[in-house]
Amino acid sequence: MLERVKEIIEEQLNIEGVEITEETRFKEDLDADSLDLFELVDAFQDEYGVEIPAEDLEQITTVGSIIKYLQDKGVEE
Amino acid sequence: MKTRITEILGIEYPILQGGMAWVAEHNLAAAVSEAGGLGIIGAGGAPAEFVREQIQKVKEVTDKPFGVNIMLMNPEADAIAQVVVDEGVKVVTTGAGNPSKYMEMWKAAGVKVIPVVASVAMAKLMQRGGADAVVAEGMESGGHIGSITTMALVPQIADAVEIPVVAAGGIADGRGFAAAFMLGAEAVQIGTRFVVATESIVHEKYKAMLIKSKDIDSAVTGMTTGHPVRSIRNKMTKEYLKLEKEGADFMELEKLTLGSLRKAVMEGDVVNGTVMAGQIAGLVKKEQPCREIIAEIMEQGLALLNKTF
Repeated sequence: MLERVKEIIEEQLNIEGVEITEETRFKEDLDADSLDLFELVDAFQDEYGVEIPAEDLEQITTVGSIIKYLQDKGVEE
Repeated sequence: MKTRITEILGIEYPILQGGMAWVAEHNLAAAVSEAGGLGIIGAGGAPAEFVREQIQKVKEVTDKPFGVNIMLMNPEADAIAQVVVDEGVKVVTTGAGNPSKYMEMWKAAGVKVIPVVASVAMAKLMQRGGADAVVAEGMESGGHIGSITTMALVPQIADAVEIPVVAAGGIADGRGFAAAFMLGAEAVQIGTRFVVATESIVHEKYKAMLIKSKDIDSAVTGMTTGHPVRSIRNKMTKEYLKLEKEGADFMELEKLTLGSLRKAVMEGDVVNGTVMAGQIAGLVKKEQPCREIIAEIMEQGLALLNKTF
């Protein structure tokens, strides 16, 4: 799952060649602003068909946290 | 004129007045609502009790609907969110963030929620969260701005969401009004032209500066901090932009603008203060009562929309 998540992040934020691990923080490490986070969440919803309400955005701060979030919602891979 | 926005909000004309901090206080909001638009109190960085007083003062002079704009970075945003419910305010617009944590409470109280958005993804997320409409605000606006123009932003958002869209940024007359409808909006939000309204309490020097300003007189400060602000060029913006160019740190820049909007609006210090205004300020030529402003916009706007080529 990390691989696909990484691809989505790279595509949405237009970044390449940046190391992305589960510990990577969106704001601090990838320079994503609040509008970027909205884009990311939108892309994850489309990809995994999972409803991510806006109030859950606060929990999503690292790459690992989005993976865990998706897994908790029943996404397996 | 009927649109989904006038129906949802219970107003006569699809014109909202921008929730400008310090500027959009009870006198202006009440005058716009009385004139058939939607007046909005701008809570800005004000404490919750101050906002409550403002709401009560509007209610004393008008029975018509009005709104409150909540700047979500205000440390008292939670308390203000509650005040609008307690006071029975009908409409809330939100800026500078994500209002979803208040959505349930507001919906339960029958408050119509209209977040200000600066991108398609944000608009979609707000629609899913239960927003009644969105304000698509382009970077022509005064004050805190996004990075997309009204011309490009409005149709993209109108295509992406089912809820009605209010266009904002760069609109000050009937031409802008008609253009916004052509782009898919069902109402407009106007700031700068209402700043110079007769009922606006803004210092006369601030009004005079807006009235004499030309098309190219605004500048955007704060690009480097991630919080860009549009205001009329003066000594403050010059100094700020110079410091920014030299790579000054955030705190140093903050010092320049701390309390600077209040200084301009209340004290009329248009040299060192922040004279927030949109790019359309050059079109704003005189001080007029809100009723006259709205009547002019509607007359010109409808004539253009009804025109066949």
